[in-house]
Amino acid sequence: MSIKQLAAKLTKNLTVLPLVFFLSLASVSAQGTDSLSTDQAVIDAGASLFRQNCASCHKVKERYIGPALEGVYDRRTLPQIIAFVKNSSKEIQSGDPYLVALYEEYNKLEMTAFDFFDDEQIVSIISYVKAEAEKEPEAVVVGDPNDPNTSGAGISTGYLNAILVGLVIVLILILIVLMLIVTVLQRYLNQKELDEDDKEILASPFNFEALLKNKATIGVLAFIFMAIVLKTVIDGAYNIGVQEGYAPTQPIAFSHKIHAGDFQIDCNYCHTGVRKSKNANIPSPNICMNCHNPNDGILKDSPEIKKIFAAVDNNAPIEWVRVHNLPDLAYFNHAQHVEVGNIECQTCHGPIEEMDVVRQHSNLTMGWCIDCHRKTDINTQGNAYYDKLVELHKEQSKEPMKVEDIGGLECSKCHY
Amino acid sequence: MKDNNKRYWKGLEELNNDPSYLKNKGKEFPADLPRISKSEEEGHSGWERRDFLKMMGFSVAAASLAACEAPVRKAIPYLNKPVDVDPGIANYYASTYLNGGDYCSVLVKTREGRPIKIEGNELSKVTYGGTNAQVQASVLSLYDEERLRGPQAGGTDKSWAELDQEVIAKLNEVAGAGGQIRIVSNTILSPTTLDAIEVFKATFPNTEHVVYDQQSAYGIAKANETSFGSAVIPSYDFGKAQVIVGFDADFLGTWISPLEFSHQYSQNRKVGPKQKSMSRHYHVESNMSLTGANADYRIKVKPSQQGSAVATLYNLIAGKAGAAATSLSNWDNAHLKKAADDLWNNRGSSLVVSGSNDPAVQILVNAINDLLGNYGTTIDLSKPVNFRKGNDEAMNQFIDDVKGGGIGAVVFYNCNPVYDHARGGELSQNLSKVGVKISTNDRADETASLADYIAPDNHYLESWNDAEPKAGNYSLAQPTIAPLFDTRQAQSTLLTWAGNNTTDYYTYLQNSWKTRFFDNQNSELDFQIFWDKAVHDGVMEMSASDAASGGGYTFSADFGAVEQSISSNYKGGSGLELAIYQKVGVGTGSFANNPLVHELPDPVTKVTWDNYVTLSQTDATEMGIEMGEDSTSMVDISVNGTTMKAPAVIQPGQAEGTIGLSIGFGRTKAGKVGNNLGVNAYPAITTLNGTQSFNVTGVTATKTEESYRIARTQTHQTYMDRGFVVQEDVLSEYQKPNWERHHKPKISTWSKEDHSEKPLNLSLWKGHKYDNHHWGMAVDMNSCTGCSACLVACNVENNIPVVGKDEVLMRREMHWLRIDRYYSSSDDAESMRDKENPEANPEVTFQPMMCQHCNNAPCETVCPVAATTHSTEGLNQMAYNRCIGTRYCANNCPYKVRRFNWFKYHDNKQFADFNTAMNTDLGKMVLNPDVVVRSRGVMEKCSLCVQRIQAGKLEAKKNGQRPKDGEITTACAQSCPTNAITFGDMLDANSEISRLLDFKAEDEGKREPQNERAYFVLEEVGVSPNIYYMTKIRNKDKA
Repeated sequence: MSIKQLAAKLTKNLTVLPLVFFLSLASVSAQGTDSLSTDQAVIDAGASLFRQNCASCHKVKERYIGPALEGVYDRRTLPQIIAFVKNSSKEIQSGDPYLVALYEEYNKLEMTAFDFFDDEQIVSIISYVKAEAEKEPEAVVVGDPNDPNTSGAGISTGYLNAILVGLVIVLILILIVLMLIVTVLQRYLNQKELDEDDKEILASPFNFEALLKNKATIGVLAFIFMAIVLKTVIDGAYNIGVQEGYAPTQPIAFSHKIHAGDFQIDCNYCHTGVRKSKNANIPSPNICMNCHNPNDGILKDSPEIKKIFAAVDNNAPIEWVRVHNLPDLAYFNHAQHVEVGNIECQTCHGPIEEMDVVRQHSNLTMGWCIDCHRKTDINTQGNAYYDKLVELHKEQSKEPMKVEDIGGLECSKCHY
Repeated sequence: MKDNNKRYWKGLEELNNDPSYLKNKGKEFPADLPRISKSEEEGHSGWERRDFLKMMGFSVAAASLAACEAPVRKAIPYLNKPVDVDPGIANYYASTYLNGGDYCSVLVKTREGRPIKIEGNELSKVTYGGTNAQVQASVLSLYDEERLRGPQAGGTDKSWAELDQEVIAKLNEVAGAGGQIRIVSNTILSPTTLDAIEVFKATFPNTEHVVYDQQSAYGIAKANETSFGSAVIPSYDFGKAQVIVGFDADFLGTWISPLEFSHQYSQNRKVGPKQKSMSRHYHVESNMSLTGANADYRIKVKPSQQGSAVATLYNLIAGKAGAAATSLSNWDNAHLKKAADDLWNNRGSSLVVSGSNDPAVQILVNAINDLLGNYGTTIDLSKPVNFRKGNDEAMNQFIDDVKGGGIGAVVFYNCNPVYDHARGGELSQNLSKVGVKISTNDRADETASLADYIAPDNHYLESWNDAEPKAGNYSLAQPTIAPLFDTRQAQSTLLTWAGNNTTDYYTYLQNSWKTRFFDNQNSELDFQIFWDKAVHDGVMEMSASDAASGGGYTFSADFGAVEQSISSNYKGGSGLELAIYQKVGVGTGSFANNPLVHELPDPVTKVTWDNYVTLSQTDATEMGIEMGEDSTSMVDISVNGTTMKAPAVIQPGQAEGTIGLSIGFGRTKAGKVGNNLGVNAYPAITTLNGTQSFNVTGVTATKTEESYRIARTQTHQTYMDRGFVVQEDVLSEYQKPNWERHHKPKISTWSKEDHSEKPLNLSLWKGHKYDNHHWGMAVDMNSCTGCSACLVACNVENNIPVVGKDEVLMRREMHWLRIDRYYSSSDDAESMRDKENPEANPEVTFQPMMCQHCNNAPCETVCPVAATTHSTEGLNQMAYNRCIGTRYCANNCPYKVRRFNWFKYHDNKQFADFNTAMNTDLGKMVLNPDVVVRSRGVMEKCSLCVQRIQAGKLEAKKNGQRPKDGEITTACAQSCPTNAITFGDMLDANSEISRLLDFKAEDEGKREPQNERAYFVLEEVGVSPNIYYMTKIRNKDKA
């Protein structure tokens, strides 16, 4: 994907966001009132908790590793739900027939005890589930990035193409008109009495050979050739070290498509540093083994999974091949972008949830960084760090504050 | 450079306009690029260097285009990630730096489990968050290639089990035969380690623990035993003293507890609009020490005059107090009389200290302090300190016993007496008479290499330990990394050999703290909580139960004996006198294999990589010694029959008839960095009144014909005769209302022809607008003692390469921060006779100098590739990868703070022997991963620790708030023991720097401080720096 496309997509996404927010707010406010919260903040908190902790086994509307959660707030009382989440095996052992039936139905698979949740957090998750279940389907339509109504800012590439085609047509028309004029003029001259010299000029044949041997032609052609060569070399030179599309084979055939795509496991679950550290962190085997444990874990007999166990048994760390390589001279910090800037992982890493083998999606050149810093609005909301800057910026400009407006293009933001 | 009628000069070359100085003073890069001309090289192919480079450039481009396959890089996660370790996030652990009796409570910064930087622990009531050059450098010693990889017996590797078995058998054999066993160590500050030694002594009853110090203070303890009945070194409080008189005590550099004293001392030296008073400091010494350089009045004496100088002061004070004077001859010195008057006027808030190790002199010092009523105010005998516990008599007895063959076994516990004791030579010759010799040293050094067994101890960053620097002040050390090698804590080793039930020192330490402290307190009920808090804080205070109550001491002295001792011992005599001293960098020599302390220029002499004989200009002229910028002669000195050869350095302020020589050099088995640098001064130390004496009389020094190149940085990076760099005044003037600095440059313009325009108001540029932050720094030249902790801190923080002596000689040192030391002539009466030769006893000013981050930066405008630019936060930024190395910026910098990478200093065999942090996998572990390692051909300079600024801002953003003042600070500011450097956001009205500089509220952005002391260096150049300097104020009479 080119930078332009990427940026266009990014702009679209950013314009869609507030709309989604508004609509979900509208749908939530239509709900009835019970002990579950309809406060958007609570639902957001619940959504985030759900993604991090529940989504690997539960979906809202579909049966998954565990049952669909839609309607659970009707089937069970809140205290029952809370007790179950905190310690499911205890509740099942207490002999509740509903729970026992469920336990049997799901092949005696117990749910992990989430004893670190407090009651409020569990309520927020259930609130989220309820809000999600009752969401009107139209909200999904709104999120469609292809909808022309939602892509406000920026000139789309289709539009540019249309202009280009129009221009070409106009030029061809002009050419035809000019040729017509020449023919008409020639006919007119042929009808007239002319002296010898003029006749010669009029009748002179088109000499292709002379044109080729013409110094001017050779000069122009040589210039064009050199320009093309130079351009190719410079383009080539700019691409040295650029590994766009780099997709090395990894020691374990781990698929992001299965984990992040199909099972929707939150990126944070494995990449634990992404919100707090410079490095996103590649998970250590103990995180893998939360699900794939050697005793009764998922797919414990798969040869790929066994490589994890072997690494632990042999005390030999897994040597992943690094896909995204920034040079030492550039400092990049994930926390700044993900936690503070609220940038989606996909903005840089592309549709990672669709990749079986991770591929370097962006070219990671300085131009690419700078481009984004020029276009991206700063996520200033609720962050007191930016309050004064936003105020000062508003005095000068009506545009939203971009990264470049507060020094995001300066050398020592990344190079030190 | 001139101010008033003073002339400032960096060295004698500058004062005397030496040709070697003049040749290079206008050049940033004195050495030209090597360029071979055709005529010189007959038969040469006719290619010029530039033609060759052109071809090279083309082929390199072609080759790199062809071979652009990127290497495969691995990303290897933890197998089981520790909960507390997040790659990319630094963890800080409180710990304790211990090196013999040297102590500092520290925070250790670790990244991915590797210690990479040491910071001071602000919770400490002893070191107050300060550090010194050695503490800063100590982190590199952890990654020293010369450390032993495991236990050894007779030079061959052994397993711990084998070693234990053999050693226990041998010790039992010795003990069974009734043989004497000795444990020899330097001062041990750890009470639990002393317990472990007691356990060892209980198992092997004929064991004695012998303690010695490289720089002994045994004389103080002995004097206090005579005077007060308790053989202790008391706590001193320089912060309460309005008048300080120091006799040869380098208390800001190396004497007893320099970090603590620096902190206290600076409290009374910081002046400002609210505090217009400061202490007055007299210093009486032979060599120009760091402390002497900071004194208001410095009095030169020969070592043999120390006795009569102290006696004179005593007689003067006794005269005022109506006490009996001694019969010792009075010395007529105007400054000493003035000191006596000042002391007497500040009774109870004054302090007299002496660095002498002679009990007789110390008794007189005690008598002076007693007459002045300083006991209970500035001196606290009820809170003794443990920094120097060495017993010179016991150590001498030990060496005699070894000679006599009366010792069956000896354990050298982390000490190296063969090298660093005056009688080390005797010891090494006779050590073969000892049956079993064991060492716990971390390397096979001079002593350990003579031992039968080496059981190497962990580095302090790998160890559990505790410390009691002062009665009632405790401190814990925790490991910040697992032992890198197969080493074992020496305490565990002793406990194992003693057959103790608990051999694990961690458990032993916990048990010790349980019984020693936890059981004696009531505030915490659970031991684990008590312990965790102590580990977290690193320090703990307990009321010392065993110390006697204060004020219960009465002074008594036998003046007759003292008089007799002094009059017989301080006679002088013929020949030169030698004053042996310690440097703040290399110290006692235990740091000899650490390149950071060698490349650190000595604060006073500015010499790197050497020790040398300092002598006065008068004596040098007499001996016919001439010094150029980096050339000098070798001199032969003969002390007590031994002859040493060392280069001569002419030192302004050196007392005539004396020479100085530092300990810590001349190591032979320290490692490849420290071996064979300089000469070993320990054998020159003598014994006086049963204690070690660092002063030797009857020394001869003769010039040899041999010349020597000495790497001095003092005249590197000069200001090319530009004007006002140092500004100073005396206190009495400063106290006047409406005081103004002497020098406030004004400029004539076409509209104001009367020299009335401020340079800052004139600019070709529009200026910068700062909305977010405006970082700035203020350097207080009054509290800067020149100790150079900041310099080493900067090196470690910013991955600055060590370039070695040869490159320093070529003026290519890479330090981003240098400390300029200026001499100037004092104008007072006593030195009038010195007017003829201003170098006789000059005043000294220290000025830390780093990139000034100018708002109108001259470097930025001349860079052809815009590699150095200005940021919206006031930083002058340097993009290394854009730099093409034209060096125009360094040419155009008026402060000469830019450094050029002449070589690739990392992974380069040529530099592997001294740039140890960048040439081996082990050494590289110390590098700061947030700062790039620069390569050849690029310019670099102080970045104002931009990596810390960025990290601090990110932390604030993550928390959704503005950064709090103090959260973001530079490495230099953080390391300073006297807080002389203040860093902060000048847009934040409540920040310390804004309060200190006191900006006018109305003209925001102009940054004009109302604090009259603040000025810009070279303000007249109009570059508008972001670094302010605070005028130095001396507490002396106006001339």
